[in-house]
Amino acid sequence: MGAYILKRLISAVPVLLGITIIVFLIMAMIPGDPATAILGSYATPENVEKLNRDLGLDQPLINRYFIWLGNMLTGDFGRSYSLNRPVLDEILDRFNATLILAGVSFVMCSVLGILAGVVSATRQYGFADKAITFIVLIGISVPSFFLGMMMILLFAVNLRLLPVSGMYAIYGGGDLPDLARHLIMPATALAVVATGVIARLSRSAMLEVLRQDYIRTARAKGVDERRVIMGHALRAAMVSIIPVLGIQAGFVLSGSVYIEIVFQWPGVGRMLVDAILKRDIILVQGGVVFVAGAYVFFNIVVDVAQSLLDPRIKT
Amino acid sequence: MTTFLKLLFRNRLAAVGAVVLAAILLLALITPILPLADPDVTATADRFQRPFSTGHLLGTDHLGRDLLSRLLWGTRLSLAVGIVAALVAATIGSGIGIVAGYFGGRTDNIIMRGVDMLMAFPYILLALAIVAALGPGLMNALIAVAAVNIPFFARNIRGVTVGLAGREFIDAARLAGMGHTRIILTELLPNVLSTIVIAMSTTVGWMILETAGLSFLGLGSQPPQADLGSMLGEARSALITNPHTSVVPGIMIFLIVMSINLLGDGVRDALDPRLRSGALTRPRAVTLVDRRGNVPHADQKGLLNIQQLETQFHVGPRVYRAVNKVSLHVNPGEALGVIGESGSGKSVTALSVMGLVASPPGVITGGAVRYEGEDLLAASYDSLRRKRGNNVAYIFQDPLSTLHPLYRVGDQLIEAIQAHHKVPDAEAKARAIELLKAVRIPNPESRIRNFPHEMSGGMRQRVGIAMALANDPDVIIADEPTTALDVTVQAQILSLLDDLRRERGLAIIFITHDFGVVAQLCDRVAVMYAGRIVEEGPTATILEHPAHPYTKRLMACVPELGGGKRELAAIPGLPPVVSDLPPGCAFAPRCTKATEACQQGEIDLAGTATHTVRCIHPEEELA
Ligand code: SF4
Repeated sequence: MGAYILKRLISAVPVLLGITIIVFLIMAMIPGDPATAILGSYATPENVEKLNRDLGLDQPLINRYFIWLGNMLTGDFGRSYSLNRPVLDEILDRFNATLILAGVSFVMCSVLGILAGVVSATRQYGFADKAITFIVLIGISVPSFFLGMMMILLFAVNLRLLPVSGMYAIYGGGDLPDLARHLIMPATALAVVATGVIARLSRSAMLEVLRQDYIRTARAKGVDERRVIMGHALRAAMVSIIPVLGIQAGFVLSGSVYIEIVFQWPGVGRMLVDAILKRDIILVQGGVVFVAGAYVFFNIVVDVAQSLLDPRIKT
Repeated sequence: MTTFLKLLFRNRLAAVGAVVLAAILLLALITPILPLADPDVTATADRFQRPFSTGHLLGTDHLGRDLLSRLLWGTRLSLAVGIVAALVAATIGSGIGIVAGYFGGRTDNIIMRGVDMLMAFPYILLALAIVAALGPGLMNALIAVAAVNIPFFARNIRGVTVGLAGREFIDAARLAGMGHTRIILTELLPNVLSTIVIAMSTTVGWMILETAGLSFLGLGSQPPQADLGSMLGEARSALITNPHTSVVPGIMIFLIVMSINLLGDGVRDALDPRLRSGALTRPRAVTLVDRRGNVPHADQKGLLNIQQLETQFHVGPRVYRAVNKVSLHVNPGEALGVIGESGSGKSVTALSVMGLVASPPGVITGGAVRYEGEDLLAASYDSLRRKRGNNVAYIFQDPLSTLHPLYRVGDQLIEAIQAHHKVPDAEAKARAIELLKAVRIPNPESRIRNFPHEMSGGMRQRVGIAMALANDPDVIIADEPTTALDVTVQAQILSLLDDLRRERGLAIIFITHDFGVVAQLCDRVAVMYAGRIVEEGPTATILEHPAHPYTKRLMACVPELGGGKRELAAIPGLPPVVSDLPPGCAFAPRCTKATEACQQGEIDLAGTATHTVRCIHPEEELA
């Protein structure tokens, strides 16, 4: 097992390098003088010269890449000019918030999606199946940001059940129940689409598995039907569900950008959008590399989970 | 194509989607000629008019602009941007995919590596990076959304192209001296076009949503121009005071995406052959029983007594009579062979006993299955479950697919034990080891930790047998348990079963197509053809004096043990399809002795008390 994890970690290196190359190439598309573009309204001649020196902006592209990469490897993601602080500090301050939001949302969509899929499959063409199919259809069609706004309107403004936005109450908050209250709406809004996708996939995966011979074997030996479904069938179906969970985690992470804006959640997504609007290129660059890197590691976790579940995968 | 459209529109939801989408598209197309207010003229005095106010059907926004007009123009813009992005992504992505798939080798490798890298991003990050570099704006948002969707097309189209590139017509074109460009454009492209169109139809909804999303964030269309996303984004600050300005564009996005989804699902379902054939329906826990005639009265035959059993498969309007009035019984310590070609109904008969025929499509329509006199077809699920494996156990063919691939064999054995006996884990484990020993698996203590794929075919089959023995059943139904194995292992397994029945007084029903196996193990044998029993009697008698022409031919094919894999190739003709059988003898078309009388009407099983045959001109007269 340890060897397998190590192998996966090593295979992540080229992917991470690829990510930096892609981000670097995209940023190299910036029209005009890079230093001026990066600095924007902060572009005094001294600043431009200093930046040129720090990032090697006057050098050929390839040198610039390695300077940038080298800096990042030493933990230097550059300096945000709009915030006047190191990019990495800003990201680390905000990443927790994104992680909490996306993480809770991911757990919600996985659990609810798989459950809905299993119920749907075992009641195929019955009332529950039809109801779930219908809800799923609506769920995957509502833009998360619109859904979030409507939830604010209903639960925060009209019913006054939940806080409108933010992560903690400004006065007297800061504890776990406070966080939970603030988290319910954004996490739900973020989870809805992924829940729908996972429910659909789980349903078809379960239907596929329920026709397999080993399910008949389990029934033939007198195993209780509930155990046949929740044990034998679901376990086998998970083999095709887990990779989709990995993909959906990417969508949840993506969607958190919208949700952080709608709910004023102090995460990395909101930071990125603000940075783009302020043309703080270095902050965007660092944020994108950091989050994409985190996603690569999450996918390793998914692969390891898959190999734990399926002994046929060579470890 | 017409069947496709018919299927599509039989799906009512897909039709609804098509209608809604068509209406929205039409509205977007005719927006310029509608008598609408200018969407960009501000009138601050009229700001935040409610819907249905005079002159403004949907009200006005924070600058007093007419919402209806803005909605329609915005829809038009959003659709246009989404569709253009889809076209761009499809063109570039498909181009990359075709080149990679056509040239293969290094080119393919390098391109696909790059594509994989792009797919490693949570894709909005990529779009954000592109917008960050190019600067906010609708055009740049379009480029970003198109760019992040390119890998999807590249990968799909490459897959299809790789399959095509090896085909003869491509080689032929190459030999004819066509250049690469021409081959790609005239030979490959037309063949991948349908895949491209399908991929586009599934992604265009996403792309509309994603451009709307970027605009919502303020990174797409810039004021005063508005698409649906930026309308929603601008309305957000007035969400609480004037929700209608948010609701209007939000619902429009929802309607567009939903109608595209509905239509897309309909297309996918209509194209999926598995849905049509019903191969994706869920089998119930017990075979459906729907007996139309009277239930036969109990007679005192056998421990397990199958009476006049009828099992059918209902597939659409067709009815397959897989098992047609079959009666069989088996006594303690007795081995009964049921022999026939594949499709003769022997396996379905076996599975019907414990309600294990997949249903749908299987339905038991008549007869009775009595275990110690109790009719199992009338039993409740719970009482049937308690007998499954405990009183009547199965051994299936091909244990690689019949053992659960993700559980250790020991755990599967333990589960079989604990399904019927509440024993602690340690005790169950000890019993599992004992069982593996009983079926002569070496090193059972370590073998119980194996997964099925880590064992050989013979070992797996022994595990299957051990599992059947787990609860000391009275009857074992073995459905071709040795077919997948080589001859020596087959012989070992057969002698193992034989020992078990002598030691434990097991009753065995042995389903096979191999007379050699029957000769070695069975006391009595029943021959099945087209869902019916055509001959039944003691093994020795039938081996020496087969009465039914089919039996005789069957024996001529497979004289010795282990020849079973030849699948009776020596009988000319194929077994009949059991959906529409002609009257009379089903074997007549393949029978050399057939006369007209054979196809006139029902032929009964007749003969002596022990040996019966269903034939007008039997090979031997039974007296
Ligand atoms: S009934 Fe006639 S056709 Fe059928 S097996 Fe006997 S002889 Fe042949």
